[in-house]
Amino acid sequence: MSEPVLQIRKLRVDYGLGDEAVHAVRDVDLTLHRGEVLGLAGESGSGKSTLAYGLTRLLPPPGVISGGQVIYHPLDGPPVDVLALTPARLRQFRWAETSIVFQGAMNSLNPVHRISTQLLDVIKAHEPRSTATGRRARARELLRLVGITADRLDSYPHQLSGGMRQRVMIAMALALEPQVVIMDEPTTALDVVMQRQILGQLAELRQRLGFAVLFITHDLSLLVEFSDRIAIMYGGRIVEEAPAAELYRRALHPYTGGLLHSFPALRGPRRELAGIPGSPPDLRAMPSGCAFHPRCPKAFGPCDKDLPPLGPPGADHPGRAVACWLHPAAEPVPR
Amino acid sequence: MTLSEGAAAPVNEVVLEAVGLTKHFPVRKRLRDLFSRAPAAVHAVDDVSFALRRGQVTALVGESGSGKSTVARLLAQLYRRTAGDIRLHGVSTRVRGGRPFRSYVRRVQLILQDPFASLNPVHTIRYHLTRSLRIHGNAGRTAEDLDNALADLLTRVSLTPPERYLDAFPHELSGGQRQRVAIARALGADPEVLLADEPVSMLDVSIRLGVLNLLRDLKERLNLAILYITHDIASARYFADETIVMYAGRLVEGGDSETVTQHPAHPYTRLLIESAPDPDRITGAADATEQDRGNGEPPSLIRPPTGCRFHPRCPHAMPRCTVDLPPRLEVADRPGHWAACWLYDPAVVAGEGPGSAGADPAGTVPLVGSEGTARSGDAR
Repeated sequence: MSEPVLQIRKLRVDYGLGDEAVHAVRDVDLTLHRGEVLGLAGESGSGKSTLAYGLTRLLPPPGVISGGQVIYHPLDGPPVDVLALTPARLRQFRWAETSIVFQGAMNSLNPVHRISTQLLDVIKAHEPRSTATGRRARARELLRLVGITADRLDSYPHQLSGGMRQRVMIAMALALEPQVVIMDEPTTALDVVMQRQILGQLAELRQRLGFAVLFITHDLSLLVEFSDRIAIMYGGRIVEEAPAAELYRRALHPYTGGLLHSFPALRGPRRELAGIPGSPPDLRAMPSGCAFHPRCPKAFGPCDKDLPPLGPPGADHPGRAVACWLHPAAEPVPR
Repeated sequence: MTLSEGAAAPVNEVVLEAVGLTKHFPVRKRLRDLFSRAPAAVHAVDDVSFALRRGQVTALVGESGSGKSTVARLLAQLYRRTAGDIRLHGVSTRVRGGRPFRSYVRRVQLILQDPFASLNPVHTIRYHLTRSLRIHGNAGRTAEDLDNALADLLTRVSLTPPERYLDAFPHELSGGQRQRVAIARALGADPEVLLADEPVSMLDVSIRLGVLNLLRDLKERLNLAILYITHDIASARYFADETIVMYAGRLVEGGDSETVTQHPAHPYTRLLIESAPDPDRITGAADATEQDRGNGEPPSLIRPPTGCRFHPRCPHAMPRCTVDLPPRLEVADRPGHWAACWLYDPAVVAGEGPGSAGADPAGTVPLVGSEGTARSGDAR
């Protein structure tokens, strides 16, 4: 595995303060390696978007980062803690080193400005010494990169279809050649045909430009196909982390297994599927022990008392980590 | 509250039928259109025909903007149709409010996509369900009858014990529970037909199947006819007996679900199935861009393409496709499987002979072999 580019250590994000605080992200450890696609899957309310906003320091109040570290490793120079950056340095860090494509990104374009204005604005803000013609050439190149002809540069957002607006957002995220691109449900609002086109393009761009992607979605079947590694979140914690193919072939955590059996298959024999009984936990009143135990078909002795730590499940599963008493960790995961 | 008389009626009887259903929404004329004769309109639904049968689920699959929700609203008589007919038990119906509308709604109920928006946040579940029972005359005579009916409704949608949910407000329930309440409310009318417009797409993946399984269970117990509208063709395969595919306001393919998903005939259905996420094609994203199929977008419905509406994106488009609208043509592999595509014109099939099957990208044209028969066996 290549060297890490972004390391999240014991990150905790709360909403509100004091006893009333809701712990949306609890002690999350996650490492994104250079050039890989890391999928982050979970149900709504599992904390996956909060994690993304927390690590980019975009969290609006009452969200509070109450602990942990986010270490970014630039291509040259020493690693920096994103959570300790000064406002000026943070401004440089954002978009140039880490960019983010938001959920419903097609609505994040300003409707009263041409897309050229919005693309050029990004480049101008971060590279003030560039020339106007240079910026414009760069914007054309970016659009071509995502498969939009350059003559659409002076269109307004409403003149583009949803899929094209989404591509413009991806182009904008790549404008400064960041090392890390965070995508929060980037294709959820699109049709499957458009989704496949955009993801195909993204895979190609990643190979060409070598950025790393943190891909957040609730659609696990999409992740299995598209990402290198997958981390599953439940109740604010990572419950399993594994290479995509292995996760699909052999899920260790019962929740992952349940998620994988929640998607009807398009091919192969038709099976009776059940989904997962019960409903996602209420973050204000989390179950004791493992948060999944009230819904878990395999819950036993320690599950409702002790929280299972995230760790490697033994020698026969290299590169994996799981937080489940069925697969107790031999030792805490070395990071 | 008693179960519907439908339990005694024969299975597979056609309950609700759409015949050549058409809906055009007028659009404002622009100055340059002022002298043109044809009134500008969005051709949202054109010539759509299908039948909903008792005890069967029919899935209507299509991209957003293909007109599938308009079909649901037409069948629920919320829109006036431009042309065509809606037949309930063979009788043509056109109702506009008042008593006839109510008696129609009693038999045909609509379930909407978003359970967060379709329940009134200031009223309890008891209020929602009582209203449905009272309006449709299923509340009984006494308070005790009503209580029994309410408990019965909630038990049917597996919200047990009912007392726990009756006095709850919508915000106290999770998305899946809310959608179950919406289903219970529809059942309060004791309908024959449920029109479910994307009933699970707003729900978390882990609870979607629970709601789909509930709907299937209700279908079997109450002998309902269900129209399941979805953009997820894999769930249509899982849940529906019959699948019809819609593109740009027209039906392009239909047949039993297993045949349509395993041996898609229309090039659009094939594109849809190839595009669906498939975990077995692990990190094969590189081949996804193998060919850029046009701009990958559905056409404008104000000026829909002539001939087949899919022809600008179709890899098999022939000159004739741009001119003539293809009718429903039988696909030879299974009885009842049809596609509105000139590839299945008897003249084309006969002219090219059996060799054309090899040239076919998905290998779907007459594919009758050991594999085919095995598939049909496990389909149902």
